[in-house]
Order: sequence, then C-alpha cells, then structure tokens
Amino acid sequence: MILHPGILALITGTAVVFVMLLYASAAGIRVLARWDFESSSEEQLSLERQTYLIASIIKYALGFELLSGLLFLYTVDDLHKVFVGAMCATGSLNANPIGWYALYAKIIIFFAASLWIMLNSLDQKAINFPLVKPKYVALLMLTVLVGLDLFFQLGYFLGLEPEVITSCCGSLFSDNDGSVAGELAGLPPGQTMLIFYGTLALFLTVALLCRKHETGILRYLLTLLSGAALFVSLAAMVSFISLYFYELPSHHCPFDVLQKNYHFIGYPLYISLFGGVLFGLLPGIAQPLKQIESLKEVIRKSEQQWVTLSIIFMLCFLAIASWPILFGNLSLLRTT
Amino acid sequence: MEHLIHTEEITKIYNPRKPDEMRALEGVSIQINRGEVVALKGPSGSGKTTLLSLIGCMGRPTSGRIVVEGRDVAKLPERFLTAIRRSTFGFIFQQFNLLRDVSVIDNVLLPLYPVDIDVPAMQQRADRLLDTLGIGAKRHLKVKQLSGGEQQRVAIARALINKPTVIIADEPTAHLDRQLATDLLAILEQLNREGKTIVIATHDPLVHEHPFITKTIGMRNGRIEGVVQR
Amino acid sequence: MRRHIKILEYALSSLVRRKYKNLAILLVYTFTIMLLASILFLTHALKQEASFLLLDAPDLVVQKMAAGRHDLIPVQYARAVEKIRGVKKASPRHWGYYYDALTRSNYTVLGIDTGMPGLHLVEGSLPSDKGQCAIGTGVAAVRSVGVGDELIIVDSHNTGTAYEITGTFSAQSNLLTYDLVVLTRGELMRFFGLPADRATDIAVEVHNEREVPTIAAKIRQVLPDTRPITKNEIIRTYDAVFNWRSGMMLVIFSSALIAFCILAWDKATGISAEEKREIGILKAIGWDTSDILELKFWEGAALSLTSFLLGSIAAYVHVFFFSASLLAPVIKGWSVLFPEFRLTPSIDFYQITVMGFLTVVPYIASTIVPSWKAAITDPESVMRT
Repeated sequence: MILHPGILALITGTAVVFVMLLYASAAGIRVLARWDFESSSEEQLSLERQTYLIASIIKYALGFELLSGLLFLYTVDDLHKVFVGAMCATGSLNANPIGWYALYAKIIIFFAASLWIMLNSLDQKAINFPLVKPKYVALLMLTVLVGLDLFFQLGYFLGLEPEVITSCCGSLFSDNDGSVAGELAGLPPGQTMLIFYGTLALFLTVALLCRKHETGILRYLLTLLSGAALFVSLAAMVSFISLYFYELPSHHCPFDVLQKNYHFIGYPLYISLFGGVLFGLLPGIAQPLKQIESLKEVIRKSEQQWVTLSIIFMLCFLAIASWPILFGNLSLLRTT
Repeated sequence: MEHLIHTEEITKIYNPRKPDEMRALEGVSIQINRGEVVALKGPSGSGKTTLLSLIGCMGRPTSGRIVVEGRDVAKLPERFLTAIRRSTFGFIFQQFNLLRDVSVIDNVLLPLYPVDIDVPAMQQRADRLLDTLGIGAKRHLKVKQLSGGEQQRVAIARALINKPTVIIADEPTAHLDRQLATDLLAILEQLNREGKTIVIATHDPLVHEHPFITKTIGMRNGRIEGVVQR
Repeated sequence: MRRHIKILEYALSSLVRRKYKNLAILLVYTFTIMLLASILFLTHALKQEASFLLLDAPDLVVQKMAAGRHDLIPVQYARAVEKIRGVKKASPRHWGYYYDALTRSNYTVLGIDTGMPGLHLVEGSLPSDKGQCAIGTGVAAVRSVGVGDELIIVDSHNTGTAYEITGTFSAQSNLLTYDLVVLTRGELMRFFGLPADRATDIAVEVHNEREVPTIAAKIRQVLPDTRPITKNEIIRTYDAVFNWRSGMMLVIFSSALIAFCILAWDKATGISAEEKREIGILKAIGWDTSDILELKFWEGAALSLTSFLLGSIAAYVHVFFFSASLLAPVIKGWSVLFPEFRLTPSIDFYQITVMGFLTVVPYIASTIVPSWKAAITDPESVMRT
C-alpha cells in the first residue's frame, strides 16, 4: 500500500462517514419501525428528535463525499508519478481497475446524497412528515453505497503496485482503441458539437419554460434532459472539448484538465456541470410528490430555486467549455 | 365568538409508565378570549406551569386538543410549533431567565436572531422598547450589572420584541418586593390596554385580586376547580 | 442569509463568553494540527527540493552489473552508448564513497568534470593539481578544516594522503555538496585504485526527454550487462520513500488525533449546567432545534478554522524557520552527515485539503452527537426551575 497522506485522508474520512451512516441507519430503522405521527407519546417525540440527528449526520456525510470526490480525483492524479507510463489520473486508475468503480461510486453517491437532502428538506417543511418512510429506506441504500465506496477505495489503494506498467490516457482515449472511451474519442467533432450544444440549448429552453409554466410534463422533460446532458457533456469532453483545452487534436483525456498546467480549469468545469445536472434532476423527481397535499406548496416554492440554480450552473459550464473553442488557438472545424 | 385560545380535555403525563410517572394535568378545558387578563390560581404542584407551557406552545399534551388562533397545535412538528410560539407569545419567566453575561440589548434581541429580519430594523425596535420601559440608557451594560427591577424590565422588553398577541407570565412576582411587583402589574395593565391578552400563573394574592384581572381559573391537582369571570 | 449571519455572530460571542473551556480545546487542537501539518509540509518541501536538484541530473545513468551487484563500468561502453540514436552525449563518471574512521562519517569523493550539478558553487577554486581538493561544508565542519588547510584521507593502499584544500562549497548548495570531497579525476582514480579503463558509471544526455525509456531499452539491448537508471525512476523512488515516511508518521500521530477526538467528545458531552440553561432559554424564547444545531455547527466551525490557521502557521514556522527540528531526524533518517539547509517554503492547496480531512472530519464527527443532544433540550425545562 502506498502510505500517501492523501490516501490516508480519503480512507480515514470515508471510514468515519460510513460509521456515522451506520449509526444513522440504526436510528433510521427504529424510526421506520415505531413512527406514528398521530401519537403524542414520549416515544414519538423522541423519534422526531432523532430525525434531526439523522439529518445532521447525512448533511455532513454529503459535504464530505462532495469534497472527497474532488480530493480523490486530485490524489489519483497526484499518484501518477509513481506509475510507469502514467501521465495523469487515467494512468493511476488503470494501474488497478477497481479505481474506476470507486470513481463511479463517488459520482453516484453525490447524486444520491443530494437527493436525500432534498427529500429531507421537503419533508421537514411539510406539516405532517409525509416522507418519513421513503426517506429512511433511502438512507439504508445510501449507507450501502458509502460502504461500497469504502470497499472500492480500499481495494484500489491497497492493490496498487508501483512497478506495474500502466497505460495512460493516450492509449485509452485514442481513436484506435476499441473501448467505449476510444469510440467517444473517435466521433467526428462537428457532429458531436451539434449534439452537445443542441442538447444543452434544449435543456435551457425547457428550464426557462419550467419557470413560467406549472405543467408536470415540462418537469419530467427537464429531468430527462438533465440526465442526457450529463452523458452528452462527458462524451463531449472526451470527444472534442478537452482537445481545445490542450490545443492538441489527439489528446482526449478528460482528467488532464484537472492538472496545474491547465490552471485546474477542470474543477470549475466539472463542478458547474454536476451542479447544473443535479438541480435539473430535482423538479421531475419531486413532481410525483406534489400529490401529497402537505408538500404541494413546499415543492412549488423550492422548484423555482432549483430551476434557477440549474440554469446558472449550466450557463457557467457552457461558458467555460466554450471559451477555448471560441477564443483558443485550435480549430477543428475547417471550412473547406 | 371565536376564542383566541382554547383547550379540550388536555392531559399531560410526564415519564409515562415509569416509576416517577407524574400526571400534571387531567382533562383540562379552558377558554381564553382576546383582550382578557386571565389568572391561573392554585398552590404549587397544581399544574399551572404545565398548563401555561402547553398553551404557550412549549410542549405537546399527552392527549386532547389545543387551538391557538384557530390552529390545532397539539400535534404540530416542533418547527411549526416554534414558529407559532415565536410570533404569538411573549414569555416572562419566574426567574427572568436572562443571559447574565450578555448585554441588555443583546438579550432583548435574542428572540429575533432566527427570524429573517434585518439588523437595523431589529435594533430600532429594541431601542424603542427599552426607552419605553425606562432602561434605554443601560442598553450596553451586562445584565448582571442591573438591579432586580431593571432586570425585570429587560425580561419584559424581550417578551415584547416579537410583537406577540399574548403575554404569558409564570409567577412574575415571586422574587419581587412589593414595590416592584406593583410596578410590574402596572406595566402589564398598560399592555392589556394596548390590546394584548395576558395569562398569568400565580399564587400571589396581590395579583389575582388586582382589578385588571378579567378571569380567574382555579386549579388543584391538575384539574380545574373553578372559573370566575369578572 | 441574514439568519445565518446572526446565528454565526451569536456563536462567536458565545465562544468568547466561555473562553477558558474553549481555550483548552483550541490549544490541543492547534497542537495536533501543527504536528500533522509539519509532517506534510516537511515531506512536501523535501520532495520539491529533491526534484529541483534532479533537474540538473543526467537523463540516464548507466551502471554495470555483475552477479547482481554494481560493478565498475568499462569506459568504452560510453562510446557504444553514444552511437545509439537519440543520445547527445555519454560521459564516464568517476566517484565513490569514503568511510572516515576518524569521524565515523561517509564522504562522497568526486572527480572533477564528472558532471555533478552545483559544482560551480565553490568558494575558492576547484582542485587543479593532484595534491589539491575542494570540500563541502559538512566535511569542513566535522574535520575542522578550511581553505588552505590539509585534508588527510586514507587511500586504497592504506596510505594516508594529504590534500591541500583549495576551495569549499557554499552553504547554498549544501544539499548537493555537504559531504563532498572533490579531487582531480586522475588523482581520484589513483586514490581508489581504479583501473584506467574503468569508470564508476556513465552519465547520458539525450536530445528528446520523451525518448528516455526507449533509449534505456536500447542500451540494455546493446550492453546486456548494464542497468540504465532513468531520472524519472529516481524521482519516483524519492516520491515513494517520502510518501512512505510521511505516511508512517501520520499513522503514528493518528494516536494523537484520536486522543484529541476523545477530548472533544468529552468536552462537548460534558455540557455545563450553565450552557444547558442557556440553550433552554433560547428554545423557550423562540429558537428551534435546527437553529441550535446551526449554532453548534458555527461554534465548531469557528474553533476548527482558528485551530487550523494557527496550527498551520505554527507548522510553517516550525518547518521553514526552525528546519523542523522536532521531526527532521525521522524523515531524513539514513544519512549520517546531514546538511543544515533551509527548506524552500512551499505549500500547496492539496496539502491543506488533506490536513483538513485528517483533522476537521474526525473532529466534526465526534461533536455531532453531543451537539444534537444539547440541541434537543426541552424548552419546558426552563419553566420548571
């Protein structure tokens, strides 16, 4: 194992969060079993108080997971020097492929925990705690996810051997490679640009419409488009956006933008993308909850904030991603 | 006529099914109308304080209904209960319950901290209250530097800062000498004339024999003994 | 937003009101952070120093292997290497280690023109004659000699040989030259009894850095009994060693951290009657549980941030102004003659984040439950005195 301070910090932190979530889950199971809103007994009161504790723990867990996602990326990137053939995070992750699962786990936890916080905040604003049962079931699932995250991280870091010669992004994201990454890299830039900007334009349009109209369909559409936007944007990163940052038509790696020599532009880029996607997902997910009488008004008010935030984040993402395309030195689309 | 506050058969049991179980209230039903000055009379242990705290949305009854300004508050989650308590009630406690190491003005402003109201507006309100009560000059002193009578006024100012509809006072004269007690009652009388409803729990005859009391509710062993309307 | 600021303000004033209890936590927290931060700063600075030094190092060093051990390399191998495409220059190097029984220390003995970086930082002059030498400040100190004095060392024939010291290396180059004794190449070969056609190793310069692994492979093909070591490999090894050492230290100091967390928990749970009363009053006058939780959060955050800043600054001063006197022996370890040198101050955002994770996360975790227990205080408790 590589006793790198960053690795120790990640493992310690994730372990602490996992233990906290186990505690929260145990409390949550008790809530699930004995919850009776109509009762005025001492026990019900105590359960209501427990919900505050559980919510506190999850907020800290989410805060940690958010930061740890970024720390994970940075650490993995920092580790690349130890591996022969690695020039960025891709190389480090390839040195022990479980690393990719840890990364995916962190991304899923980001969305899952954020959704939980949203559910919880809605539930607390309603007068009769309508979402108690689904919330604590979701908590159990969240705990399992964090457990998986810990498992994958341990598996990854413990299994790293510096002597292993790993392949770098150059080969993973090259047009010749048959993998998904290779396929993405091989897509023609003109078409992918069209798909990318088209999807985001559609997304923004629907978002603006959601602000003006109350129809449920628009919200479901927005959620779908958010999901689509995430995948399209990540594909676009590999396909052409990263090329403009590196000013190199063959450099497709999505992780190098996180490095110092590119001014860490990757961080605001990905943060704004994920932020925009997250807030875009919320309205559609909350839509069916409007059937619960006590939540209707609460959701209506929160929705406006979510859509606005989503638009702001997405615009930031678009701006950052488009900047080098518009003002950079590389030109992929030649007019023939 | 719609009552401002009314309770229906409320019961409060502390530590149920445990060896130290205590039945503080049994089937209590009372009505309080807008503008009334209600005295809860009875010996210690009769349940006055518990009744006050339940009316004032500080806790939930074990059973029964409590309706405040038309809303049933018996089953509200804490957050909503607190919101109602904050906007409807102002409390004057037996022991003042001020923060002794904190300045007068900060003590008065405390109830407004979690409320979304801006600081200058807050300060203005507090200053006006303190001036009205005659302790404006001492606003930056720490509470522990004040006399008993002055502390009493700070407690009143704090109770009024949220512009409450109802003032709840729990044994307000218990630690006061005659003069201060009389002063306090004069202030409460003034507040009543300005439209506030007042509920006082007391076993001090000075209070429940005061002319400004409009209704006296007698309590014993957690039950209502009698209601005298003036 | 206003609400948050007001609660924060109250949190700060509440911390100040209970300054003695909070001071205790602050001090322990700050000390814990200072310890952890010192470890991180030191290893990072050493890593930076090492990579900076290696900038001037040759791209490749070729060593001859015999029976799995390092052997002297034939000088004509250098010509064979130079013929390989991409190689700019291959120079044989002559150097070795000398154990001085008198002072029980190891010196590095170098032949001039051996292409070691930093040799130009000499005060005085480099030896031009076989009876002269230049030495590093460490050697000068341990032997109590200087320019104009004589340095007597024992050669391979067990004969004491005296060299006139013509120059000493400046303190700035200490990391490179501390334990150095520089002789003329011919004299060095005589001193160690090296055959004329042999060298210690061969330094290789290439045209294109990216070609280094390819060239290393080719060297191995052309000269199968050699071991080419690339600069990157050296950097990687340093990195790994420093990571390992600092990781070890962190594990050791984690015990300090755990002790601190237990203290934090204890302090937070042992909430005084006064504090309980205060929270009861707040709840009675209109604060709800989440307001109190936020209050506790801000208190913890203020404490953490202050300790973090103070601890980091203290660590910075400790490492960069006092050369990490508390920690240095463990991290630097192996070398007997270790130079006094001022580390170049350098920290980066990553380190600070790592520190945050290692200290703040456990602290918050140990105070969540006690904070909550305090926050659920029954407002009714204030009525019943």
